[in-house]
Amino acid sequence: MAVSVDEVVPTGPVRDHTRPARRLGGRGRSVLEVALLTVLAVVMLFPALWMIETSIKENRDVYAIPAKFFDFKVTMDHFKDVFVASGGGRSALSVSFLNSVVVAGVSTVLATVLGVPAAWAYSRFGVKAKKDQLFFILSTRFMPPVVVVIPIFLMYRQVGLIDSKLGLILIYAAFNVPFTIWMMKGFVDEVPAEYEDAAMLDGYTRLQAFWRFTLPLLLPGIAATAVFALIFSWNEFVFAIFLTSSDDVRTAPPAIAGLIGGTTVDWGLVAAASVVFALPVLVFAYLVRKHLIAGVTLGAVRR
Amino acid sequence: MSDLVPLTTDHPGQVASATPPAPGRSRRLSDRWLAVGFISPALLLLLAMSVFPLLWALYLSFTDYSATRGGPAQFVWFENYTAILTSAQVHLRALTTLIYVVGAVTLQTVLGFAIAYLISRRTHGRGLLTTLFLVPMMLSPVVVGLFWRFMLDAQFGVINSMLGSLGLGQVEWLTRQQTALISLIVVDTWQWTPFIMLIALAGLTAVPKYLYEAASIDRASEWFRFRTITLPLVWPLLLIAVLFRAIEAFRLFDLVYILTSGGPGVSTETLSFHVYKVAFLGFNTGTASAYGILMVLVVIVLTQLYLRYLNKLKED
Repeated sequence: MAVSVDEVVPTGPVRDHTRPARRLGGRGRSVLEVALLTVLAVVMLFPALWMIETSIKENRDVYAIPAKFFDFKVTMDHFKDVFVASGGGRSALSVSFLNSVVVAGVSTVLATVLGVPAAWAYSRFGVKAKKDQLFFILSTRFMPPVVVVIPIFLMYRQVGLIDSKLGLILIYAAFNVPFTIWMMKGFVDEVPAEYEDAAMLDGYTRLQAFWRFTLPLLLPGIAATAVFALIFSWNEFVFAIFLTSSDDVRTAPPAIAGLIGGTTVDWGLVAAASVVFALPVLVFAYLVRKHLIAGVTLGAVRR
Repeated sequence: MSDLVPLTTDHPGQVASATPPAPGRSRRLSDRWLAVGFISPALLLLLAMSVFPLLWALYLSFTDYSATRGGPAQFVWFENYTAILTSAQVHLRALTTLIYVVGAVTLQTVLGFAIAYLISRRTHGRGLLTTLFLVPMMLSPVVVGLFWRFMLDAQFGVINSMLGSLGLGQVEWLTRQQTALISLIVVDTWQWTPFIMLIALAGLTAVPKYLYEAASIDRASEWFRFRTITLPLVWPLLLIAVLFRAIEAFRLFDLVYILTSGGPGVSTETLSFHVYKVAFLGFNTGTASAYGILMVLVVIVLTQLYLRYLNKLKED
């Protein structure tokens, strides 16, 4: 099982409570540690906070020198600009967000439908060279995207998948299948095979046993895995920028990156778009926090 | 669980036990077909989208093919490879990549482990602290790159503004040769320190408490306890995290693209970024493929190392 960040297990060295002198020293040190942690937390969180602050600042305050931390005018204009074009109607950014939802959603469904049965089969059956197959599957996920995109680009140009959502969906699914298999294999391993054996003794076929008994138990794991696949596809940039170009296909990451192309950059808009883009990820990540370690190591490390 | 078990217990079971060998064999046979049917769709997708493109790249790497010029590709055999391996430009990028990977991963490991150690010593608010620290890791490199670019802006960036109010001079973070690479390392460290922290924390919480108790009875010093209990027990897991980060840092492209675009000059051009320039700006597809294949070889070696340690960890 993955480690839960909420589980509070004190493992710190046992403090000696009998001698007052030691305790006083321990407390002083404890205060120092808390102060250090606070400083580190502030440093780590400051960029995110600054992004949120910039997104609600008036343009004049965004470019103020020296930077304004507290006394600025609050405005929601930047968020309006994210969704509404200057002449009215939907903005190019909002279209790209919609594209992102479609591409990330469909590719995740595809990766889950292909990956979960494969993970179950790898967990339950004695497949030939199982270890080698599993390692091969994981290593396809480690390929540098910039390298893979060169032949994919040529391939897509040949079959007409350049600048299409289907092309992006296929490549994202291919990058999420290894993750899904590794992550789900861990979850399947946790469900005793004896349940299926018992069901089969009762006359069910292996497939029925999987479908009616194992799959319902796997649902929470499948949900967590799918959320990670969704986050990976949502955040992906390299394939998106090389394989798509038109506004009605482009996903959000290249669209947001495109905002800094001109001579002047509207940082308020960039900040608002980034906030809109990042918020769902943070919410989803919070939902699957118990499986974070397995998730971010592509299912390879689980405790 | 009892409601999941059907109540038809007697009949099929008796049939199965009456003639044991036949159903056993047919079941194993159908199991094999089930395994093939369940695994092959996923493998086919991987073959089509990962293996086939790489094989194509391998073929192209022996030719002088160019994506824009078109026309038939001429075989040049190992010319592309020798050109890359002897190119001073590539050597420079390799050095930049090495500095970046080693610098960023070292910083992340030290910082991440320190934060994990501090958090593991707290008894209250650990869940909240961990969650807060994890925010940077979940953001897209696009968002991270854009945002740091704004914060590091020489004119109206908040970093220079804070330095100014401290009475320090302005620094051109992203537009000077020496500071640009440092900035890249800092930004990557900011984003991925939580990753090391998360895994180190898992290792630290797994250290059995009785070991510390035993050491404390023996009046072992804190440093001694750290060196002989904590570090050896956490190290295997930490090594996995470090290798994982090294692979990721080696393949990194998006952050460089957004933050510096390889500049100023070529001071932040990593190998990944250079491949992109050769392939998509120079359109020397054959050369870029050879370049890419060489990078894949490096990744394969690193991945093998990673998987070997992972295996060792799992066996323990």
